[in-house]
Amino acid sequence: MSEALLRLDKVTMQFGGLKAVCDLDLEIPAGSLYGLIGPNGAGKTTVFNLITGVYTPTAGSIHFEQRSIHGLRPSAIARRGITRTFQNIRLFGSRCCRDNVCIAQHQHTTAGILDAVLRTKRFADDERAMQQRAQELLEVMGLGEWGDTLAAELPYGQQRRLEIARALAGKPRLLLLDEPAAGLNPQESEELMHLIEGLRKRFGIAILLIEHDMRVVMGICERIAVLDYGVKIAEGNPLEIRNDPKVVEAYLGEDVHAADATT
Amino acid sequence: MRRALWGVGLLAVIWLVDYIAPRMVNAYIMQIAVLCGINVILAVSLNLINGFTGQFSIGHAGFMAVGAYGAAMFTLGVGQSWVAGLVAAGVPAPIAQGIALSVALVIGGLVAAVAGYLVGLPSLRLRGDYLAIVTLGFGEIIRVLILNIEAVGGARGLFGIPVWVSLFWVLVGATGVVLLSRHLAHSTHGRALFAIRDDEVAAEALGVDTTRYKVLAFVMGSFFAGIAGGLFAHFLGYLNPSSFSFLKSIEVIAMVVLGGMGSISGAVIAAILLTALPEVLRPVKDYRMVLYALMLIVLMITRPQGLMGSRELSWPRFLKRRKAGAAA
Amino acid sequence: MAATDAGGAKRDRKSRAAGVAERLPLARAVLLPDRAPRMSEFLQQLINGVTQGSVYALIALGYTMVYGILRLINFAHGDVYMLGAFFAYYSARWYGAAQDPNPMKALLVLVTAMVGCGIAGWIIERAAYRPVRKSSRLAALITAIGVSLLLENGGQILFGADPKFFPQIIPLKNIPLGGGVTISNQQLIILAVSLGLMGLLRFIVLNTRTGKAMRAVSYSHTAASLMGISVDRIVSFTFVLGSMLAAAGGVLVALKDPKIEPYMGVLPGIKAFVAAVLGGIGNIPGAVLGGFVMGIAEVLVVGYVSPTLRDAIAFVLLIVILLVKPAGLLGKNVAEKV
Repeated sequence: MSEALLRLDKVTMQFGGLKAVCDLDLEIPAGSLYGLIGPNGAGKTTVFNLITGVYTPTAGSIHFEQRSIHGLRPSAIARRGITRTFQNIRLFGSRCCRDNVCIAQHQHTTAGILDAVLRTKRFADDERAMQQRAQELLEVMGLGEWGDTLAAELPYGQQRRLEIARALAGKPRLLLLDEPAAGLNPQESEELMHLIEGLRKRFGIAILLIEHDMRVVMGICERIAVLDYGVKIAEGNPLEIRNDPKVVEAYLGEDVHAADATT
Repeated sequence: MRRALWGVGLLAVIWLVDYIAPRMVNAYIMQIAVLCGINVILAVSLNLINGFTGQFSIGHAGFMAVGAYGAAMFTLGVGQSWVAGLVAAGVPAPIAQGIALSVALVIGGLVAAVAGYLVGLPSLRLRGDYLAIVTLGFGEIIRVLILNIEAVGGARGLFGIPVWVSLFWVLVGATGVVLLSRHLAHSTHGRALFAIRDDEVAAEALGVDTTRYKVLAFVMGSFFAGIAGGLFAHFLGYLNPSSFSFLKSIEVIAMVVLGGMGSISGAVIAAILLTALPEVLRPVKDYRMVLYALMLIVLMITRPQGLMGSRELSWPRFLKRRKAGAAA
Repeated sequence: MAATDAGGAKRDRKSRAAGVAERLPLARAVLLPDRAPRMSEFLQQLINGVTQGSVYALIALGYTMVYGILRLINFAHGDVYMLGAFFAYYSARWYGAAQDPNPMKALLVLVTAMVGCGIAGWIIERAAYRPVRKSSRLAALITAIGVSLLLENGGQILFGADPKFFPQIIPLKNIPLGGGVTISNQQLIILAVSLGLMGLLRFIVLNTRTGKAMRAVSYSHTAASLMGISVDRIVSFTFVLGSMLAAAGGVLVALKDPKIEPYMGVLPGIKAFVAAVLGGIGNIPGAVLGGFVMGIAEVLVVGYVSPTLRDAIAFVLLIVILLVKPAGLLGKNVAEKV
């Protein structure tokens, strides 16, 4: 059995008296498409924040590629190979789209500041490669002609795609997508679904997805974990999750379940 | 090779300007020009911290003071004797002075950079307003320290600094800092700074070590402020702590804001305007500060993005607009 | 040689310590306890410190309230304190309060100054701060700096740069408290008025609808306005309140130190601001606590360490609190939601 790409062992996140995440065990295999679902406030984004180093777990450990990433700052974790998008879009609004994607390649730059200031050949080559790759990524995400547009001027759907392009630029082995389909109409969601699946194949990366749109989750995820009040209440493939009574209860409440039982 | 030629050519042009200018304008205007240049260096260096990286630094005069006194003390202690020695060995005076001045300026800049590092590092955990307060406090502490250190003249001031600075040196400094800023802005490191300004959390999540870059911005900004201070010292020949008060910091902030935060050309234009304007307003000297204050308030209310916004003066865009205008 | 001189070396060390202790009263208390300063001197300093601190608290309250609802550091607040002193000066002369001093006239002077500054605060907010409320924080900061410069330099043109002397509207009387400690009637008035005003403020904030609205606005402008609160009116009200308190501070200080001039608000403004940060900026009880800590620290440092450090102590406190606990003594750290 191959070792998991990302492993969370009994991870707990406590804010004062509130346990946002409680004793979470999670294993994400390399190259898989994994979904994380649960009602609002279940702690899903907190899990993302824990994995990316925004929070440090109060208990438990997190291992990426068999190395502990506990206590590392977010930029260090990004350099290890985990990048993310955000629930509320966080683009660099004053920069053009291509620059947004270039910034994410910063960690791979070989040209130092002196190179930049003196405009050495190393800088010129580095810069050209970055711009080229940025354009390629934009095209993969369907944003090819928007390279010079300011990120703040993009329509909402394109902004979400730009965030994904940006996260890809960091050459991650694990990509965390926080509600990528939020605010998209059904057709856009459908397109996004295929896009994400294509990304996995094209770049050979693992993707961990938080989503509320069940069509997207059930459509592309191989495995799904369900969180409720910070606790994992179910885990399995989409069919198992769909039929799991605990999951139904978490989303729809106990009364419905009881009503089902009496009829 | 091509770049080296460009560099030499630029220096030659500057030297030419320095040669011709005194023959065309009187000494008073020359003095204004030098002060303009020093303020350009201050504004563009502050722009690295406030404009590029979005950090609230409002104690820039403190870094200028550190550089000024640092450079001056070096010259008075070591530099002057170097010049004497070189001249005795047959080196022409201007070249000997130039060498000593360059070393003094770099030392002043380095000392200021260390100060920038010391101020920047612990303050980075603080939110925007708090950072502003700490930098303000730092600026004042520096001034109070200098006031109380007899070795650098204290309240009486530091006298007898040899006047080695002419328009040439100021232009070289200004050109240097502008070029550095431009090259930085169009590189991945500059982009990292802008990213921090736009959204620090996202920048960090994408692999930008935000602490390292924020400190870097402080160090670079304070280095050039120190150079400006050194130039100031070797132009005036005399230093007094009152030149480096909070008011001076405000003047530099006003230049960056008037020009447009993040815009290098804006900072240059605003620095020249705000240095020259008070001289034009000299007849109404008493009202000068009141007008200045009103300008700040009105500017923030009507056009907070400043003259240039975050755009730069660029030849291609200017030509494009003229073409569009002609076609219409 | 060293062995035989051991006794002498020991004696030298002791006398050196004594020499140092002579110069520093605090060290004296530790190293030479039999010659420690008397308790009464300390109590006297404490009284002075508390009196000074109550004025700082009054000014600090204005800073903290404005920061709480607008997240703005009102650089011009110290200059409103200066305006208060000047309004009081001119109205005292108008009412002839110095010719025949009586408490009613003094009260009238105080009220006039407070009302005058309340109006000034209202004007400043409407004209300068409201238009930049939608802009960036740095824009607001620079506007505040501009207003401060305007008041200082405008004051210099209007009032003249030479200092004026505030008339004695309450003649000085020293009241012995026993054990060599005295308190002046002026100090008593300062304490009484400031504590009274602070109590009034507390009542307003905690027990009135407007106070509740103020607290709501400090949490969220949007949510407050959705609840039917006119954010503009609450902001204006807060500015007026803060300015009136600062004016009172100015008048009270003028009682004690009659020399007033247009730049008199700069240092107290900075110190009161540090006091507000010390207590936790945005936190009202914090401002009061910070004010008293600042006042007492300043007086003790001047009395027991060195008078030249009087203004530096504020910056030292500032740096210390920002590095150790930036949220302030009573403040809470609110992290950004990612």
